[in-house]
Amino acid sequence: MSDQMTVFDRATVRRHRDRAAAGLDAFDFLFRESAHRLADRLDDMTRTFPVALDLGCHGGELAAALSPKTGIETLVQADLSPAMAGRAGGLAVTMDEEFLPFAQGSLDAVLSNLSLHWVNDLPGALLQIRHALKPDGLFLAGVLGGETLHELRHCLTQAEVEVEGGLSPRVSPFADGPDLGSLLQRAGFALPVVDSEIITVRYENPLKLLSDLRGMGESNAIAERRKGFMRRATLMRAMQMYMDEFGGDDGRVPATFHIIWMHAWAPHESQQKPLRPGSASARLADALNSEEIGLGVKPGRD
Amino acid sequence: MPQPSAAAIDPKLLDILVCPLTKGPLKYDREHNELISEKGGLAYPIRDGIPIMLIDEARPLDEGPAA
Repeated sequence: MSDQMTVFDRATVRRHRDRAAAGLDAFDFLFRESAHRLADRLDDMTRTFPVALDLGCHGGELAAALSPKTGIETLVQADLSPAMAGRAGGLAVTMDEEFLPFAQGSLDAVLSNLSLHWVNDLPGALLQIRHALKPDGLFLAGVLGGETLHELRHCLTQAEVEVEGGLSPRVSPFADGPDLGSLLQRAGFALPVVDSEIITVRYENPLKLLSDLRGMGESNAIAERRKGFMRRATLMRAMQMYMDEFGGDDGRVPATFHIIWMHAWAPHESQQKPLRPGSASARLADALNSEEIGLGVKPGRD
Repeated sequence: MPQPSAAAIDPKLLDILVCPLTKGPLKYDREHNELISEKGGLAYPIRDGIPIMLIDEARPLDEGPAA
């Protein structure tokens, strides 16, 4: 059974993560890299965050990257997969990002390192995150964006049409920056900022990329994917295309990971806001030391 | 009767956690090592000290009074 909002099969996401947990060490370089970038961003804040949540903690890469400067005294590490949460250790919780189990106003910061791209109801998750934050609490998250794995997506699509005469979604749809900005605003966050960066990883060959994605617990979990495996011929054709179209002089192939950073605050009266129109107490003309030329129109009402 | 898992929950978590379904408070049942949501009629298990706050893994509470 699936409705329109269900893009991802959450049980499959969980199974992939459970399976990947034990051997994650060999594959967690992307999570570790983005964890360090997230930690750097947190270091730039002048505030401290005594009670923080790592939402979708994987194997605990973010906890390992955080510096004492952040002032985090309590870090809750939460993941959909009990095996991942257990690996992360510390104050571990198994939970679903779509049904957060955290009390209203209980957290100083919600951090999330490459996990929210598997959530079906992102607006709902953001709303719940905002409720769980204290006023003036920070939400800082990296998610995978639309350019992620565009090489792989292209080759799989081409090969599948060519060999099988049909298509099945093989690579997740990802969110885009402007969408996320407006989602943050609609979820009631203040001062949202969204920016993005590209990490290009060079692989010996495309099959190594696929095995890495499995190792990270990031293989396909789209609900409408074709059940069963892709035909071997199709996969081989796609891999050949990948090497032909994207291979470099060194024989390696690039894989793009597009990370979108979301940064927003739970509203608080201390934050800057636009003033009410017509509420100025000094004249602009005075500040500019010039003469005001009236237009015969009063600002504000009427 | 399943054996309660050895590790109990960290008290710091008890201050933060609520029922994911109702967002209502949870009561810690030491004997069964479960987190009880009376409003949601659900008991969330704690395994190896890790609370499993998943609605589909929670045990529905019986009709009768819990306490």
